[in-house]
Amino acid sequence: MEITDMSLFNQLIYYFSENGQYVLNQFFRHFLMSIYGVLFAAIIGIPLGFWISRHGKLANWVLGIANVLQTIPSLAMLSILMLGLGLGANTVVATIFLYSLLPILKNTYAGVRSVDENLLDSGKGMGMTRSQVTRMVELPLALSVIMGGIRNALVVGIGIAAIGTFIGAGGLGDIITRGVNATDGGAIILAGAIPTALMAVISDIILGWIEKKLDPTRSTRFSGRKE
Amino acid sequence: MIEFKKVSKVYDDFVAVDDLNLKFNDGEFICFIGTSGSGKTTSMRMINRMEEPSSGQILIDNEDIMDKNPVELRRRIGYVIQQIGLMPHMTVYENITLVPKLLKWPEEKKRERAEKLIRRVDLPLEFLDRYPQELSGGQQQRIGVIRALAADQDIILMDEPFGALDPITRDALQELVKHLQSEMGRTVIFVTHDMDEAIKLADRIVIMQKGKVVQFDTPDNILANPANQFVEDFIGEDRLLQARPSLQTVDQIMIKDPVSVTPGKTLQEAIKLMRNRKVDTLYVTDDSGVLKGIVDLEDFDRNRRRATSVGDVMSPEVYFVRTGTLLRDTVQRILKRGFKSIPVVDEKDRLIGLVTRSSLAEIVYDNIWGDMDDAKDIPLETTAVSEDQ
Repeated sequence: MEITDMSLFNQLIYYFSENGQYVLNQFFRHFLMSIYGVLFAAIIGIPLGFWISRHGKLANWVLGIANVLQTIPSLAMLSILMLGLGLGANTVVATIFLYSLLPILKNTYAGVRSVDENLLDSGKGMGMTRSQVTRMVELPLALSVIMGGIRNALVVGIGIAAIGTFIGAGGLGDIITRGVNATDGGAIILAGAIPTALMAVISDIILGWIEKKLDPTRSTRFSGRKE
Repeated sequence: MIEFKKVSKVYDDFVAVDDLNLKFNDGEFICFIGTSGSGKTTSMRMINRMEEPSSGQILIDNEDIMDKNPVELRRRIGYVIQQIGLMPHMTVYENITLVPKLLKWPEEKKRERAEKLIRRVDLPLEFLDRYPQELSGGQQQRIGVIRALAADQDIILMDEPFGALDPITRDALQELVKHLQSEMGRTVIFVTHDMDEAIKLADRIVIMQKGKVVQFDTPDNILANPANQFVEDFIGEDRLLQARPSLQTVDQIMIKDPVSVTPGKTLQEAIKLMRNRKVDTLYVTDDSGVLKGIVDLEDFDRNRRRATSVGDVMSPEVYFVRTGTLLRDTVQRILKRGFKSIPVVDEKDRLIGLVTRSSLAEIVYDNIWGDMDDAKDIPLETTAVSEDQ
C-alpha cells in the first residue's frame, strides 16, 4: 500500500515508527533550547527582580524595558538577533532568554513585594542579617510566584523554539516546516505539532503543580484543620 | 540594666522622641504607654537598634549599644510584634527555634528547648509540626511569645502584642506573660495603649506624650498621684475612682485556711468533711499544700460507683490567682467566668486562701457606699438614674 492511501492517523503512526529516533532527537533539542533560554533568564531575572524590588524607581524602568522587549514580534526578534549572533540554536536560546525576562522579572518583583512587611520586621528584629532575611524569608515566600513566572516563560519559550527552524536551529519546528512544504504533508505537520503541544501542556502542568507545592499559604502539604 | 541617656530621635521634620532619660533594672516589667505618635514604639525599637537614636546614648549593662553589632545585639533580645510575625512557611518548631538556629545551636538542644517551651504554655507537643496558620490567633501569639524566649534572651521587647486578640484570650496571655516574666526573671519592655493592660502587667509605667516622658513610676503611684491633666485623662476617671479597690490585693480579702483535702482520701471522708464545714466544693492539695484540683458534690454523685478516692474524681483544671494579684483583676475574672470562688496560691502553687463572691460583695458595697458619700446632696433616685445613662 502506498503511504498516500493510508488514513492520516496511520500515516502519523507510520512516520513515528520510521523516524522515531529523529523525532525524539528533535524533541530534546527543542526542549533544551527552551530550557536553556528560560534558565539563563532565571539566573539573571531572579536576582535582578530582587534588586529592583528594593529600589522602587528603578523597578519601573527595568520592567518598562522588559515590557518593550516583549512587544517585539518573535520572528522579528529572532531575525534581528540573527544579524548579530548568526544562524543556529544559540540565537534561539538568546531570543527565549529575552522573552522570558519579563515574566520572570515581573513575578519576582511582585512576589518579593508581596511578602508581609511585618515578617521582614520580625525577621530583622530577631537578628537575621540582610542576606538571611532574603534567603530565609523573602525567597521561600516569593518562590511560588516566581515559579509562576518561570512557568509562563517556559510555555512561551517552547512556542518560540518552534520557529527557530527558520534560522536553522533545528527542533520540532523542522518537522513542521517539512510537512508544510511537502505535498499532502498533514501527517508530518502533526508529527511535529503534537509533540510541541504536548511539551508545552505537560511543562505547564508540572510547573503549575510545583508552584502550588511551593505556596506557603495554600496548605496542600498540611494535613490538619485550618482556622 | 537598660539606660536611656538624653536620647532623641528626629525624622526629617518631626521629633519622634525628645530627650529621653530612663533607667530600667534587670527583671523589671516596663510598660510604655501613650497615644499613637507619642514615641513609645520608637523608644522601644531603639533598644534593639531597629531604629537608631539621632542623639544620645542607650546603654545595656553599661555598654553603648551603638558599639555593638546590631545583628548580634538583636539575637540577644526577644522581639514580639502585634502582627505576631510567625513565618508562614516554617513549622511551629522552626519558628520557635529560629533564633537558636541563627545562633547555630545543635539540633538536640533546639528540640529540647522547643518541647520545654511549648509545654510551658500548655500547648500539645504535636503543634510543633503544624504550620502557624493552622493555629488560632491566641495560640499563634503564645508561640510568638515563647519564640522570644527560646534563646535565653534577657530582654524581651513587645510591641502591643495582644492588641489584635479578643478580650478573653488577651486576658489569658497577659497572665501567661506576667507569670513567665516573674518566673524567668527576664526584663520585659512592653508597648501598649491600653491602660488596663499596663496597670495589670507593669512594675513601672512610662507614660509618653509627644515624644516626651510625662510620668515614669509604679502603677500605684501613678494612680495615686497623676503627674498632670494628661495623665489623669489617660488613666480615665473611672479608673481613678476604682483606684482604691484596684490597689488592694487578694490577700487582703481572701478567706484564709480554705477547706482542702488530699487526693488519697476516700469519697466518704471527703463528703463528711463537706458536711461538717458546710461547703459544696473542696480543693485538692498534696501533702505540701500544692493545689492539684477541685472536687464538688456533682463529681461525687456522678462517680460514686466507680471511684474510691478523691484523686479519681477530682478535675485537675482549676483557675487560680497568685498571691499579690490586684483585686480588680480578680473581680473581672470571677465575674467573667462565672466562678463561685477562686483559690489563691503562693509562688510555689500552695493553696493559701480563697476569694468568694460574697467576699467581693463587701468590696463592691464599700465602693458604692463611698461614691454615695461624695454625692450625698443628691437624692438617691437621681444618682441611680444618672448612672444608668
